[in-house]
Amino acid sequence: MIKNTQCYRPRTDLLLGKKKKKKKKAKKAKKKKKKAKKKKSTSCTSGKHKAHFTKMATLAVRQSPVGGFSFENCKRNAVLEGEANKVGYSLPAARKTGTTICGVVFKDGVILGADTRATEGMIVADKNCSKIHYISPNIYCCGAGTAADTEMTTQIISSNLELHALSTGRVPRVATANRMLKQMLFRYQGYIGAALVLGGVDCNGPHLYSIYPHGSTDKLPYVTMGSGSLAAMAVFEDRYKPDMEEEDAKRLVRDAIAAGIFNDLGSGSNIDLCVITKGKLDYIRPHDEANKKGVRTGDYKYKRGTTSVLTKSVTALNLEVVEETVLTMDTS
Amino acid sequence: MLQETGTEWLSQEVKTGTTIIAVEFDGGVVLGSDSRVSAGASVVNRVMNKLSPLHDKIYCALSGSAADAQTIAEVVHYQLDVHSIEIDEDPQVRSAATLVRNISYKYKEELSAHLIVAGWDRRDGGQVFATLSGLLTRQPFAVGGSGSSYVYGFVDAEFRRGMSKEECQQFVVNTLSLAINRDGSSGGVAYIVSIDEHGTEEKVVLGNDLPTFFDQ
Repeated sequence: MIKNTQCYRPRTDLLLGKKKKKKKKAKKAKKKKKKAKKKKSTSCTSGKHKAHFTKMATLAVRQSPVGGFSFENCKRNAVLEGEANKVGYSLPAARKTGTTICGVVFKDGVILGADTRATEGMIVADKNCSKIHYISPNIYCCGAGTAADTEMTTQIISSNLELHALSTGRVPRVATANRMLKQMLFRYQGYIGAALVLGGVDCNGPHLYSIYPHGSTDKLPYVTMGSGSLAAMAVFEDRYKPDMEEEDAKRLVRDAIAAGIFNDLGSGSNIDLCVITKGKLDYIRPHDEANKKGVRTGDYKYKRGTTSVLTKSVTALNLEVVEETVLTMDTS
Repeated sequence: MLQETGTEWLSQEVKTGTTIIAVEFDGGVVLGSDSRVSAGASVVNRVMNKLSPLHDKIYCALSGSAADAQTIAEVVHYQLDVHSIEIDEDPQVRSAATLVRNISYKYKEELSAHLIVAGWDRRDGGQVFATLSGLLTRQPFAVGGSGSSYVYGFVDAEFRRGMSKEECQQFVVNTLSLAINRDGSSGGVAYIVSIDEHGTEEKVVLGNDLPTFFDQ
């Protein structure tokens, strides 16, 4: 660390009230100058700079980071949000999948379940969205958190996994998908709000993983995620048994999601199931319509003939065509 | 308010609350950990094995942020694999600890995980290294995690040099049990790993089999 401060040239022009816009250019120039300075090692501590040091005594100027991601904009966004809240405005909320998602390993494979409600703040944005995403023919992934993040993350990994499978010439493994997802999410340090339940069957049998936005993963026989995860986990902890039959497992998952739907505001509508076994794949959408829209018993519309017609008179309007113009409309 | 409790888990990082301990005995080491992983107030995994293998006879115990710790362990596992192929023999525990320490020190500001590295190698026998915030120090035993604060007194009083493998295992189990009792972020089962020149032995002690102390 001591080596750096000796080669560091303080930016007094930034100190003297220059506009923030120029800071980025100044930083780039500073970086170039720093690189040039490092080559000639003696000029750093020459008398010319001593005067600047005395002005700089109380201020510590930040050095720009070398390599890696810069999360500057995230900090800026947080500040902007704070300022907006002070004035009374709120920034537009990202559409989230409130969600209850879960997965269970049974005798022959895995079953993934999800509800179908997508919320935008306190409003339901989509009553029937699909939260079980395709990764590969034998691997599916449920997503909770920010809807866009889960969609795009699963699509990116699905595409990479297909290329990987073509390159290896083998059916992709669930552990591979898990590694790819966790490495990507860790790289983004939690700013991609995607919490995933990844399940599938490969040459080593059925596997189930839960993946958190910061990049940690757990390999377990049953997992739940989302705002309704606690309700669903309660059902699992009570009734899970190892090596269940398919019908029992489907009923268990259905009940777990139903618990999430009825006890959590962020989850609702229908229950989707995905049963993955070695030989077959069942994408059941919807498996259960937990919340059917009611049928109206009464009708306020008046039937034709309620009002009787007393008289009828027809008046003809004699019109002449004066001008005719045709406007084409592009309906492609 | 309702919104907050629903999506709290998203913004809160998944932490391994944890108690981890590693003890050296003549001829090997014993590592122990609890199994609770929490995100805010909710437990997301009650059976996580925090003793992660870096090599056949070198293990590390994870604590702090789950994502950071898992990633460091996986990266070092890979680097150690390459290193052991390059030197064409089993790596030293000090090498593994140095690799962990390098990552912990370089990314000190960004990462919040503490790994204790312990193992056995031919040159120096059983060794335990602590790598907290990027230092590297060899110790006869090391404790870490949020639960460790509650058991510093116990380990300082009860540790003796020259214990046998079974005594060490009992010592580790007792420590974990006491820490789990007092620390809210530690719980579940206890995982014990014993490494000596003959091999590696992994054991699980279930919750109800843990030793009990005073009014339990």
